[in-house]
Amino acid sequence: MTTARATVLGRIRDALALAPAPDTAVPRAYRTGRTLPDDARLALFTDRLVDYKATVHTCTADRTAQVVAEVLRERGARRIGVPAGLDPRWLDAYDGEVQQDSGDIPAPRLDALDGVLTASAVSCAETGTIFLDGSPDQGRRALSLVPDLHVCVVDLSTVEAGVPEAVARLVPQRPTTLISGPSATSDIELERVEGVHGPRTLAVVIRTDV
Amino acid sequence: MSSTFLGMPATPPRSPYGTGNLRGDRKFPKAAHDELRNEQLRRNLGRATRTIRAKRLAVTAELPDWEALRDAGSAIKTETMNRLPELLEQLERNVTERGGTVHWARDGVEANEIVTRLVKATGSSDVIKVKSMATQEIGLNEHLESAGITPYETDLAELIVQLAHDKPSHILVPAIHRNRDEIRQIFLKEIPGVDPRLDNVPAHLAAAARAYLREKFMTTKVAVSGANFGIAETGTLAVVESEGNGRMCLTMPDTLITVMGIEKVLPRYQDLEVFLQLLPRSSTGERMNPYTSMWTGVTPGDGPQDFHLVLLDNGRTAALADRIGREALNCIRCSACLNVCPVYERAGGHAYGSTYPGPIGAVLTPQLAGMHAAKNDPNSSLPYASSLCGACFDACPVKIDIPSLLVELRHQNTEQSGATAEKLAMKAAATVMRHPKFFTAAQKGAGIGRVIGGRDGTISHLPPPFEGWSASRDTAVPPKQTFRSWLASDEGTATMRAAADEHAKNRKTTEEEK
Repeated sequence: MTTARATVLGRIRDALALAPAPDTAVPRAYRTGRTLPDDARLALFTDRLVDYKATVHTCTADRTAQVVAEVLRERGARRIGVPAGLDPRWLDAYDGEVQQDSGDIPAPRLDALDGVLTASAVSCAETGTIFLDGSPDQGRRALSLVPDLHVCVVDLSTVEAGVPEAVARLVPQRPTTLISGPSATSDIELERVEGVHGPRTLAVVIRTDV
Repeated sequence: MSSTFLGMPATPPRSPYGTGNLRGDRKFPKAAHDELRNEQLRRNLGRATRTIRAKRLAVTAELPDWEALRDAGSAIKTETMNRLPELLEQLERNVTERGGTVHWARDGVEANEIVTRLVKATGSSDVIKVKSMATQEIGLNEHLESAGITPYETDLAELIVQLAHDKPSHILVPAIHRNRDEIRQIFLKEIPGVDPRLDNVPAHLAAAARAYLREKFMTTKVAVSGANFGIAETGTLAVVESEGNGRMCLTMPDTLITVMGIEKVLPRYQDLEVFLQLLPRSSTGERMNPYTSMWTGVTPGDGPQDFHLVLLDNGRTAALADRIGREALNCIRCSACLNVCPVYERAGGHAYGSTYPGPIGAVLTPQLAGMHAAKNDPNSSLPYASSLCGACFDACPVKIDIPSLLVELRHQNTEQSGATAEKLAMKAAATVMRHPKFFTAAQKGAGIGRVIGGRDGTISHLPPPFEGWSASRDTAVPPKQTFRSWLASDEGTATMRAAADEHAKNRKTTEEEK
């Protein structure tokens, strides 16, 4: 008996034989390899994030712990989760309970956390998108998904101007999540509602000197 | 390699008749006729499409290289179709190497069986679902239910449609035909334990859905998704979404089953730089959708540890075998063509009878499922559900020439229809017009039309075989006499003479003034 695989591949080859199409080169005349000065990237990225109703906090690297603690306090987050590879110094000023994530914790249990603090891999200024790639300072995907508050630290040096520049920095095999503002829906009369299943609050801490 | 490849190429089959959701139960004009009477629907649709059109225009105008992105997107999809066998084999190899399992399905029936078998093997009687056009197309939910498995749609709009025992009416926002009051009523009636004081504020309705689905996300062991893109080069799959229900389904369960049409493969990871710009801006009119998830096989310690990819044909190879029609396979399901279509805006998605409504649905549906699979096949009416205004072509991010595809399908429909009344009438008209005597006689005969015209001078119902014409427009009654008989009459001669005299007089006056 012919397998479905052989049948489908055979049909495709038949189709291409019946209706051959000319080969086409892909014109890539769109913008790539763009660079913007630090202040322009910061301004553009901030503008986009605010448009998505994310909150933006800007600081230098030496003030990371203070700003993180302030953001968590403002949001009333008393118990947070962090990935195992997060820089522990970022939590120096935080007086709440910290749960370091591990594979032993069933993902649904993350629902008991008030929030999560992670780093990030890459960002895109033009679209206000943060890319997480599961590196040790970002953790497994469930960690940045289940808690209702996500505080994400972004270094300005990882913020690229446009989508092509950001995609070029990704490692394809890593589980990658693109985040552009908090969870949202426009399913009811196309009226945008922030906060459905993902974190309802996204707070971004941009470190301008790293 | 398949043995069929070595012999004469055979035309691949369409999606089997009577399966899935690629055919309505009546023709478009009849269905549209009823939908047009629904004023609520028209108000909801008009408001929604206006809003989204404005948003799309704003964010596409923002990019100076929008047209260059469209050119690239179009060329990448054309390249994909030309290289489809090798790209699918490459995708399969990479997914398998990374711990996933790839299945192939000749049609929807086979895909449904594969998914059901995989779900049963996990022992779970529930699945959570990410919004997916492919699983809607094959009627997966109905099949799972018949096998005792409960599918939970987790996209807010799909949930509304599922709870209302309704059908989706739009590719992106399937419950666009419902307003907030209707949604409130559906939730009050169908969500177990919902707060009876729930009002109609969209934020509160979304919160009610969140509370209902939260428990499902935390406890269900199996998820089913579609895929927006599958990257051959790396084996990476991508799901583009807004609410986070996609992330939940792709991350929380132990088992993930993804059903992907074979045309969704892309050659290179780099190609995402084009489609991640084209899709969100065309679809929701946002610079970027809130969430996109990309995964490659199985990642130890992160997300589902059991991953299955089902590659679906279901008529796609039949479309590929059509030199012109294959372009419809380039569609990335953004729904921009629906939002700009004057026909869709008024008739709504249900009138098309298929999972794929609007302009792209009118070309894709007949190609996947055929136009003459049944007597009076409703799909044969779809290529005519358009005024050929061309707005869809302008809006399409991958530049699918939908109007030309519609015209080609109309041609195919006429060719396949055999000896229709229309064909006979055209043939008869050709003979008559070649012979002046016949023509005069025919014109005299047309005077009969005055009898059925009635007092208002219009004919609203022509007898067969012309009823198709009069179903959507009134026909003016023929005049009392033809122009040629009037010209030969006394009245005609006198009028012509008077006109000639008038002309001569004017010419004389003009010359004198000089």
